Amino acid sequence: MTLHTVNKSPFEANSLETCLRLARSGHSVLLFEDGVYAASKGTKFEAMLIKAMQNCKVHVLLPDFEARGMKTENLIAGVNTVDYAGFVDLVTESERVQSWL
Amino acid sequence: MEESGVIKKFLYVNRRAPYGSIYALESLEVVLIGAAFEQDVSLAFIDDGVYQLKKNQATDGIGMKNFSPTYNALGDYDISKIYVDKDSLEERGLTLDDLMNLTWEDENDNYAKKPSISLVNSEELAALMEQQDVVLSF
Repeated sequence: MTLHTVNKSPFEANSLETCLRLARSGHSVLLFEDGVYAASKGTKFEAMLIKAMQNCKVHVLLPDFEARGMKTENLIAGVNTVDYAGFVDLVTESERVQSWL
Repeated sequence: MEESGVIKKFLYVNRRAPYGSIYALESLEVVLIGAAFEQDVSLAFIDDGVYQLKKNQATDGIGMKNFSPTYNALGDYDISKIYVDKDSLEERGLTLDDLMNLTWEDENDNYAKKPSISLVNSEELAALMEQQDVVLSF
């Protein structure tokens, strides 16, 4: 399994878009830093993320999400929250990590 | 690598245009350093990264070193697998002819010069990424 990490806002960069285009079924995607904005409800990227979740597991680093003024009720349903230890677990469970800078 | 002799598959993923940031140049430096360790190296150029391979770069006017000729040296370091994302190229109105003609010499074929660049679609690129031991992003 590949873990894809995205740390850029989807409004700033196309990192998430390209990541989701190239991620394969069964892979995991972790949103952190400014990447967490893609996990919030109501953005224009919501549909893209929901579609991706049919094939991939999507995680968000909760400390980064909360730091930006958002709570779990703002999270798109189905997105998994992790803390820093959970981030480390994802990395160790994965065969490789692909960072989309 | 005398301690193990293990050869791993390394993929360098390039997604930034040259000159606007240091990523492209730094990637090339790391690729060339890594080549000395005789690993199984591939390069991918995606999104604005495809601009790194554009022909006719001329930087005299901006006071920066034109490092694009260095890509021609990759073949001498036995780096012959350069993958360019077809979608990214097309979105930018470019074709293979707009890119530098990078080649390598096949020692098993009387040192014939062969093209290093392959255009790949999303599925091919995704499959390629999944074969790697290490993926380094720039």
